[in-house]
Amino acid sequence: MSAEGRHLIDPRVTEKFAFGLLWLVMFIIAIPVVGIIGYMLYRGAGALNWELIVAAQGGLYPAIIGTTYLVLLTTAVAAPIGVGAAIYLSEYARPGPLLRLIRLAIINLAGVPSVVYGLFGLAAFVILFGWNRCLAAGACTLALLVLPLVISASEEALRQIPKGLREGSLALGASKWQTIRRVVLPNAMPGIITGLILSIARAAGETAPILFTAAFYSLSDPFPNSVFDPVVAMPYQLFVMSTEMPDVADANKWATAFVLVALVLGLNVIASIVRTKLRRRRW
Amino acid sequence: MQDHATDTVADEAKGGGGRQYAEDHAFLRAPVDASRSAEQAGAEHGVKISTTDLNIYYGDFRAIKSVSAVIRSNEITALIGPSGCGKSTYLRALNRMNDEIAGTHMDGTVLLDGVDIYQPGTDLVTLRRRVGQVFQQPNPFPMSIYDNVVYGPRLQRRLRRDEADEIVEQSLQGAALWDEVKNDLRKSAMDLSGGQQQRLCIARCLAVNSEVLLMDEPCSALDPTATFRIEELMIELKERMSIVIVTHNMYQASRVSDRTGFFLLGELVEFGDTPQIFEDPRDERTDAYVRGRFG
Repeated sequence: MSAEGRHLIDPRVTEKFAFGLLWLVMFIIAIPVVGIIGYMLYRGAGALNWELIVAAQGGLYPAIIGTTYLVLLTTAVAAPIGVGAAIYLSEYARPGPLLRLIRLAIINLAGVPSVVYGLFGLAAFVILFGWNRCLAAGACTLALLVLPLVISASEEALRQIPKGLREGSLALGASKWQTIRRVVLPNAMPGIITGLILSIARAAGETAPILFTAAFYSLSDPFPNSVFDPVVAMPYQLFVMSTEMPDVADANKWATAFVLVALVLGLNVIASIVRTKLRRRRW
Repeated sequence: MQDHATDTVADEAKGGGGRQYAEDHAFLRAPVDASRSAEQAGAEHGVKISTTDLNIYYGDFRAIKSVSAVIRSNEITALIGPSGCGKSTYLRALNRMNDEIAGTHMDGTVLLDGVDIYQPGTDLVTLRRRVGQVFQQPNPFPMSIYDNVVYGPRLQRRLRRDEADEIVEQSLQGAALWDEVKNDLRKSAMDLSGGQQQRLCIARCLAVNSEVLLMDEPCSALDPTATFRIEELMIELKERMSIVIVTHNMYQASRVSDRTGFFLLGELVEFGDTPQIFEDPRDERTDAYVRGRFG
């Protein structure tokens, strides 16, 4: 192409073209989201009622309770470990090859397929520790899955705290830990909590990690009495309903799927509300 | 003194962004405060901090080169010099804040009241309470004014309510902020103006009874009026402590300080009584700098 050729296209035209293309990309992303939710509603609307959600027998109630137990226990395991690791990595660890290696490992953990976590949980918690299929094994497996998420979100939140605040505290004679406890952590909390809620949302929807480690399906005795009992969980119930129960009405399955997605979506919405509410801070 | 300060502040305000040192020598023409020179001629203040052959390195880079200087009690010492000349690094050596920067090391000695603050076993907590620091960017903690002031004391022990109240009032009085905030002590410190925030940071140091106040360009983020109030406060505070201020603003150095040190490329080129540094510098580099020929 000649030198003048490069100027032949009017920048206003290319601008329009670029804008149109980007808008199209955005639209393509929006279609499946809207489509999936819409289709679930369309297919499941007939079965979607209060009865489906609260019925103890055959309804979603046991699964909602089971999933709640699972994510609460997951958070109880993942939050202290994840936040602690993030504090160590961002506040204490000396930069160097070891730190880079650890960061790389964490990023890679985030990319491991969830079924691998499930198999690892089966081998470690269920078989090696002898816990059998139970709430604790599932929560530990899910905790491993969300740890990278918790760590990176917490590290990011800690990084946001200006250096001036830390120095101000240190210059008043605070130790490093006092500075972290009294200045850094309280101000990083919104970001950390947001990360935790997003992790919970992720854990709530995962099937593969609890498939071999925690979930079962029972109509007669669905509620666990201790952390060493198996649980009924939403994603697993959906999985069982769709693969092994041809006699359940399709509408029920779609409605179940909708409730699960709504739950995850709801958690994400809460996370972004927390983020905007608490982050409106000036330094 | 006050009139002089007000004038130069006003000049500065008119000058806007570009501070034209070369054109405007108000600070050179201004008569040196009589009482101050009398005081200097008379009583020599005791040595508070002395550094001997102090070298500071960032990795391999030698940021401070064999600096020997004395900082006296109840005086304001100004450190001037172009950006990157090491004056902040030197300042931060005096409360060991450089320890917080990975890859720095030092040799030479820094004595506080005759005791080496770099000797093994030095308690950094005590050192930093005795030698407080005010930073370039006001850095109040995102908590109430009250909690900001008692932050330091509370690091040491639990305070009774009346003790805390007293510390807050005394410290804010000392920092000339009490009258402005006494009805809003529970308000967030982030809602204060920049100048008030900076005085709050000074109050924080007063709350832990700092004996030395290190000020790292404390006014560079402030408007002229707020700057003037900080300067007034510094002159008040030197009655009870010793102050070291790093400043880019030579008017400020000449207005408030008793002694001035001129840093260039990590060296302390010249250090002496402020009037002498500004009116009769012995080193030609100092002369060039205070006349605004570079930096």
